[in-house]
Amino acid sequence: MSSAIETAGVKAPPLARRKPARRGKPWASVLAPYLLSLPLWIVLGIFLLIPILTIITVSFWDDQGTGFVPTFVLDNYRDSLGSWVTWKTYLSTLRFALIVWALTLSIGFTVAYYLAFHVRTTFWQMLLFQLCAIPFLTSNIIRMISWIPFLGRNGLLNTALIEIGVTDHPLEFLLYSPFSVILAFVHLYTLFMVVPIFNTMMRIDRALIEAARDGGAGPVSVLRHVVIPLSMPGIAIGTIFVVTLVMGDFVTVQMMSGGQSASVGLMMRNSISLLQYPEAAAQAVVLLLTVLMMVWAILRVVDIRKEL
Amino acid sequence: MEKRGIRHWCLAAFFALFVIFLYGPTLTIIILSFQGPEGGLTFPMRGVSLHWFANLFEPQMVGDFGGSLERSLALAAIVTGLTVLIALMAGLAFRRKFFGATALFYLTVASLIVPSILISLGIGLLFNVVGVDPAWYSSALGAHLTWTLPFGVLIMLAVFNRFNRSLEEAARDLGASSWQTFVHVVLPLILPSLIGVGLFGFTLSYDEFARTIMAAGTDNTLPLEIFGMTTNVTTPVLYALGSVTTLFSFALVISCAAIALLMRRKRVA
Repeated sequence: MSSAIETAGVKAPPLARRKPARRGKPWASVLAPYLLSLPLWIVLGIFLLIPILTIITVSFWDDQGTGFVPTFVLDNYRDSLGSWVTWKTYLSTLRFALIVWALTLSIGFTVAYYLAFHVRTTFWQMLLFQLCAIPFLTSNIIRMISWIPFLGRNGLLNTALIEIGVTDHPLEFLLYSPFSVILAFVHLYTLFMVVPIFNTMMRIDRALIEAARDGGAGPVSVLRHVVIPLSMPGIAIGTIFVVTLVMGDFVTVQMMSGGQSASVGLMMRNSISLLQYPEAAAQAVVLLLTVLMMVWAILRVVDIRKEL
Repeated sequence: MEKRGIRHWCLAAFFALFVIFLYGPTLTIIILSFQGPEGGLTFPMRGVSLHWFANLFEPQMVGDFGGSLERSLALAAIVTGLTVLIALMAGLAFRRKFFGATALFYLTVASLIVPSILISLGIGLLFNVVGVDPAWYSSALGAHLTWTLPFGVLIMLAVFNRFNRSLEEAARDLGASSWQTFVHVVLPLILPSLIGVGLFGFTLSYDEFARTIMAAGTDNTLPLEIFGMTTNVTTPVLYALGSVTTLFSFALVISCAAIALLMRRKRVA
């Protein structure tokens, strides 16, 4: 930047005269980024950093039924981690995360691959991409509710299955079951895979694919040895989104399982509604550590810095 | 690009199925919200009527629909303004190196991936400990900003990464002050992106649920109201509400896209 100005300055002396005026306040340009970033610091400080520190603090408080004593006890962790229910709930949540991850990854990758490599004009690429993205801007709760007429006992799917003779009585497992929970997760979160994977795929140099093909690689080989390795950062970002969203979820599991499935978020929610805040806080700390460990593990496998 | 063989059409069919999967259920409830007065939550349609839409606006039928809608719209408007302003300022800040930039960036990303229930619980606890009553305009506003700001800041980072700095240099060489350069050169160029940030801010706040649940205080926002309805309302009025809010979001997205497109046309012409 400065070199461009200096070059201009050499060629056009009047500009050089204006230079000191522009740089009259060097402290202003040094200070500017601090002032500009201050509002973001304040908001994230008050509503993200301090709340998490509060959770950590409260997780060591003593819950005596009648009130909380600000002290330092490990009872909340002992109660939570010592309970067989907690471990079972974590297992069930991890299973949801794994299944939803596998499904959103395969669907999201295929959709992104189609958009990036099989749609020819940029106009259509962007139009179809936005078609996938718009539902993200509508209400998750409404999108969950909207499965009821489809999956319910007298829903469209059951009616159709009975009509074509697959079954003679309505299938009960379609709604309010692990099946409907997973379906809703995939419905809500596949977009979180499509966007980052599509983004990475659009940056793959098309010449690499041409070169692989010229070298005799078939479509499968190109996919396996060129497209997938180069899409890894996008896959990693999508994975982080989907895994953290499923691990912390309580709304989807509560609404779509009809109270039959457990999740870590729901367990916390129950502690909260029983006003057992220190216990909920301890569960929250354990959940946060679990999620951070998963993110760390993903970042160990894939380097996403190029994407940032 | 390769020739369009069987693989191409299989992928196209898969994509079409995905779009049907995305939109199908929403279309179903939009159709079902026109149920006749005798109709239920599932097909068949028993007549066609606007009964359930009318029902929606009778205050005694559904909790506090009017009040929660007003609160959600007001909150979304405030969140939109703050998100655009703070994200723009942060975007400008990140164009230069400054002490703490990396930490702030990671904090922003963390805001996105920390489970929503933690933020909700944390803000609820913080207000409890400090002794301030949570309310939609304080604690819920903050909770929403932790969700909308990361999107806004990341969009602004992407925008400024692609920004052609020589345009600003040209303006400065012609004698424009920093402020003039910003107002007359930078701002018009990034305006479509700012509209996008605003759209994200509005719709994400308007539909936010998980981060609000412990931070809204005594007065519900619309998504909290809808969530309450799912457990005790068993008539298509639920679908009518769903249709209205979904169509509202669609209308908003489409008009923002149209405005952004028009601005681009104007600049090219």
